[in-house]
Amino acid sequence: MAWKPWPENCIRNCSNSNLREEDLLPAYSAPLTFMTRTRSHPYLVNWLLLALALLASVAIGAVYIPPGTVLGIFLAQFPALHMPAVWTETAVIIVLSVRLPHTVLVALTGAALSGSGAAYQGLFRNPLADPYLIGVASGAGLGAVLAMARNWPDDWLGLYAVPVAAFCGAAVTIIIVYNLAKTGPVVQTATLILAGVAVSSFATALTSFLMLRSNAELRRALGWLLGGSILSGWTPVLAMLPYLVAGLLLLLSLGHALNVLQFGDDQAQQMGLNVERTKRLIIFAASLTTAAAVAFSGIIGFIGLIVPHLMRMIWGPDYRQLVPLSIIGGSTALLVADILARVLLAPQTLPVGLVTALAGAPFFLWILYRSKSRVTW
Amino acid sequence: MAEMLTIQNLSAAYGVRRVLEDVSLTVAAGEVLAVIGPNGAGKSTLVRTVSGVLPLQSGQVSVGERPLHSLSINERARCLAVVPQARQLPGSFTVRETILLGRTPYLGWLGKSSRQDQEQVDWALERTCLVELAERKVGELSGGEQQRVLLARALVQAAPVLLLDEPTTHLDLQHQSSLLNLLRSLAAEQNLAVLIVLHDLNLASLYADRVALLVNGRIQAIGVPREVLTSANLTAVFHIPIEVIAHPAYGTPLVLPDGVAHTAVQQPAPTKLNGQSPFTYWQ
Repeated sequence: MAWKPWPENCIRNCSNSNLREEDLLPAYSAPLTFMTRTRSHPYLVNWLLLALALLASVAIGAVYIPPGTVLGIFLAQFPALHMPAVWTETAVIIVLSVRLPHTVLVALTGAALSGSGAAYQGLFRNPLADPYLIGVASGAGLGAVLAMARNWPDDWLGLYAVPVAAFCGAAVTIIIVYNLAKTGPVVQTATLILAGVAVSSFATALTSFLMLRSNAELRRALGWLLGGSILSGWTPVLAMLPYLVAGLLLLLSLGHALNVLQFGDDQAQQMGLNVERTKRLIIFAASLTTAAAVAFSGIIGFIGLIVPHLMRMIWGPDYRQLVPLSIIGGSTALLVADILARVLLAPQTLPVGLVTALAGAPFFLWILYRSKSRVTW
Repeated sequence: MAEMLTIQNLSAAYGVRRVLEDVSLTVAAGEVLAVIGPNGAGKSTLVRTVSGVLPLQSGQVSVGERPLHSLSINERARCLAVVPQARQLPGSFTVRETILLGRTPYLGWLGKSSRQDQEQVDWALERTCLVELAERKVGELSGGEQQRVLLARALVQAAPVLLLDEPTTHLDLQHQSSLLNLLRSLAAEQNLAVLIVLHDLNLASLYADRVALLVNGRIQAIGVPREVLTSANLTAVFHIPIEVIAHPAYGTPLVLPDGVAHTAVQQPAPTKLNGQSPFTYWQ
């Protein structure tokens, strides 16, 4: 059967026939982006802020190294540039072996948590979803601790085993929470948060139990659970990277599907989206990125809530732009929180999860208050 | 007339509860078929089942020669577009964004739109008189405007079959008739087969080529409005006396529920306390 979708002359046949075709042309020649908000400047702003945060994170610490020196040390890594070395050997070691790997780990963690936060918000069609609040982070933490308690990193696979275990924990958690929270066509905020709290408490209790039962070495992981990495150097970064890159790339490709999902399952399917497959992909990608972050940086809350929310407020709801912006902005936000954690009570370093919770919980309450009229209990 | 949408012996259920039983009907290209019936008759379920959201238990739905259940979700969306009720819309997309998302079956995974997609959107914007509102957020629009956005979104799916689920429910009289007028002219102009679920019997009588009366999941009667919208049929279905006269201008059936006198009898008499109204009692 062949039908012609639209006759060639449909524009001329329409009711507003006093409008000539030529009148419509300027509209076509204008940049035909999905939305007028899609311009390059959100990316410019966010990349710039991220660059500043990266520089500050490497510069600030127990020993302050001026940003100029930091840049010089980076450039000196390319011998072709013939940079004159006007800094001490200690500064080079601090920058390249201590601060840079830590900074990269923090940046990647922030990107992962915020990117998956945006995806969870789209999946649940609820602006209060966050890997921490819906319990996925705790589930991933349980998986990671389980793997460490079983000595997997020593026995096989090395550190690469930890994210895999964390991913299994995260996936089980999200599936439970999703099925608990989905009572109707829309996921209610209250049910979502309650399911998240319940599952998260259970996972945290199991994690604590495992820690108490294990040797003192693992008890050190308590600090890790609050968002302080116990490993330093490039090892955790390298172990995290493959999972993170795979998860983030998948998340970046899901922007359009997330847009269509905002109309609800029925409409999304009637618009031609394979809803079940899409949801499985979102859960897979978001849980993988969360797990990669939690495995080496611990449980850090609220980054995945605040950053996507701010990005949506400033640059609009298009997930094709929201996901990448959240990823970049998440890095920046966690770097800033990490700098604060190192500076506030120096020389003591706070767990970064503490800082994000102190800033994030009031923000969460503010969003909850603002959306109160829309929340039905 | 060429039959475009064919529904044969369709049955559907929520769990064990049967909602549709052996429903058969056809809609020809260019024809508007209205499905009417009391609450809970299965009208919305019919839309959900035919569009493939609810699995059908038995029977077959085909568009042209193609049985829908053998198609992928994407191909199905190219054959059949649905206009849902306006209250289920995300409010923060603009009108243009929302309509462009109707091109999803043609866009590919990343949602990159071509010039042709944009031209379709422009055409639909103009056809539904939304050009001026194109950059406004959907949440800021009135119910009638939102319903037009949904119609435009379904139009850019470029499907030969259009299903509408009570599109006039939240609209005032003017918007009801302008939406249905638009739909009629689109059906004729684009040769669309339109199946529309309507609550209002008089709107169905005025705007539909044929009417199907759905009761308890079964088709009770189907045909031109004059045959289906009879006093006997409607009284039996809605359990109140209903009179049907000819429309003074068009000669189509005009449905007049005689419910006023009927229900007035059943209303309890106003409460009186010692012969006084409750308001004077306390004075």
